[in-house]
Amino acid sequence: MSNQTVFAGALLATESICPPGLTAWNGSDPGRRFAIYRNNVMVSLIDALADTYPVTQELVGEEFFRAMARLFVQANPPRSRMLAFYGDGLAEFIEAFAPAVAVPYLADVARLEMLRVSAYHAADAVPLAVEEIVRVLEDVAALPAVRIALHPSLKILRSRYAVVSMWAAHQAADAVHALGSVDPYIAEAALVLRVGLDVEISSIPDGAAVFIMGLRQGVAFGSAAEQALIVDDAFDLAGTLGMLIRGGAITTMTIPSSAAS
Amino acid sequence: MNAHVSSVPKTVGAAGRLPARGGVGLKPEHFREILAIEPDIGFFEIHAENYMVDGGPFHHYLGRIRERHPLSIHGVGLSIGGESPLDADHLDRLAKLLDRYQPESFSEHLAWASHGEVFLNDLLPVPYHDATLARVCDHVDQVQHRLRRRMLLENPATYVEFAASTMAETGFIAEVVRRTGCGLLLDVSNVYVACVNHHRDPRAYIDALPPDAVGQIHLAGFARDVDAAGDPLLIDSHGAPVAQAVWDLYRYALDRLGPLPTLIERDNDIPAFTVLLAEAHQAERLMREASANAAATPSSAISSCGVCA
Repeated sequence: MSNQTVFAGALLATESICPPGLTAWNGSDPGRRFAIYRNNVMVSLIDALADTYPVTQELVGEEFFRAMARLFVQANPPRSRMLAFYGDGLAEFIEAFAPAVAVPYLADVARLEMLRVSAYHAADAVPLAVEEIVRVLEDVAALPAVRIALHPSLKILRSRYAVVSMWAAHQAADAVHALGSVDPYIAEAALVLRVGLDVEISSIPDGAAVFIMGLRQGVAFGSAAEQALIVDDAFDLAGTLGMLIRGGAITTMTIPSSAAS
Repeated sequence: MNAHVSSVPKTVGAAGRLPARGGVGLKPEHFREILAIEPDIGFFEIHAENYMVDGGPFHHYLGRIRERHPLSIHGVGLSIGGESPLDADHLDRLAKLLDRYQPESFSEHLAWASHGEVFLNDLLPVPYHDATLARVCDHVDQVQHRLRRRMLLENPATYVEFAASTMAETGFIAEVVRRTGCGLLLDVSNVYVACVNHHRDPRAYIDALPPDAVGQIHLAGFARDVDAAGDPLLIDSHGAPVAQAVWDLYRYALDRLGPLPTLIERDNDIPAFTVLLAEAHQAERLMREASANAAATPSSAISSCGVCA
């Protein structure tokens, strides 16, 4: 094994070990000095997770979160030199993490928080002009075949839990109290979207979530609306479109040439 | 052994084109305030990897701030001291970022941070011997050729030394400069931290570096700990104001080297922007004092300080 393989292994090891070949000027135990590196690596990565997942941390408390994060870091050290999205995968880790079984909604809250970070750093895109959108929507014959491209920052999360309400409660001044007033066991769908420079997270009806997910997957307008009606017979197409237009979420609308009038 | 003398074309620029003024590390917490108050500041510095994202507020604000101020891009993830080859994709990302923002200076560390697939997010130490020297020089060559510019290499803050080392850190760095033509980012705090940790003389450390290669200075705060024998062990925390001992060493460096672009680094426990700006202005005051002293002294600043040291 190379020297750096040994060094890196000792940095991430669960038990405190010191690589061979290290020295100190006064002949003291280099293990104490090596521990500075171990601590820097671990604390900086746990801090990175805490930055990304503040509500997840709030829900279980700092001590629990940091202990869990330490295990996550040891099992899943970063594979990228850019730490912005480090911890993508924490939700799956939480789902398999036995001590978190009492908080079954924790993984979805973590998913929502990672979507928020992804939306924050997502590519910029210019929204389609409202007049252009209206022009396409008015072509009733062609509309069902239209494909709509959405802003890169737009994300949807359909959860069995009240993820948006829990997230919103955390933003309140008295977050602990506000969180306590949320019933987590109510299904919610989240729309995550960067509007201007700010990421907005809102709760949307399930039909709207299915419709938007369809569009994102490249499903034609008409089929996406049908899928939405299957899960939600109260699906409000006009309201959903209005919401997307107001948020600047529609970036292109493509009318297939065979359907163009 | 001397076969490895690389040729970075002189036309790619001096060590840096930053003004010899104080600068501050750019933090997202301060984006809006900086645009609002239009501070009188020499330059801003960013960590390259934080801006390797597709879009959003980071690029929005950096673009606007960069229009108004000189910029230094400082890499933390290239792993120049790594045993693994440089990551070509990462170099490409750096090239793209530098192309977009056209910084006055680019710098990286004499350290490693990645091993295999894993990124360790810390600046880790290397032993100073011929094999490391050849590898580091090869990596610096690759960086300078890919980025088509001279880079500055930063001296590390370290907590351990290696039994395998055969040369002093300063001798190692001087040889990298000689072989690759790179410049130096003299982190005065790192000099102080490393010299306390390894019981060396920080002024002698500065004296041993090639003075003409230094293109920028970093100043930061440290935390105090002790080693297993109870001797002081300083930790390069970037989480506190610049300590008086580091200001004193900075003044010594200015007497030796003349005024240089000087960054106040703060990455943890980040205070209000104006607090960091005041430290940058303090650096500028010391630069002015050093210049005035040099002008008032018959002999050169370097020789006069050589005597008083």
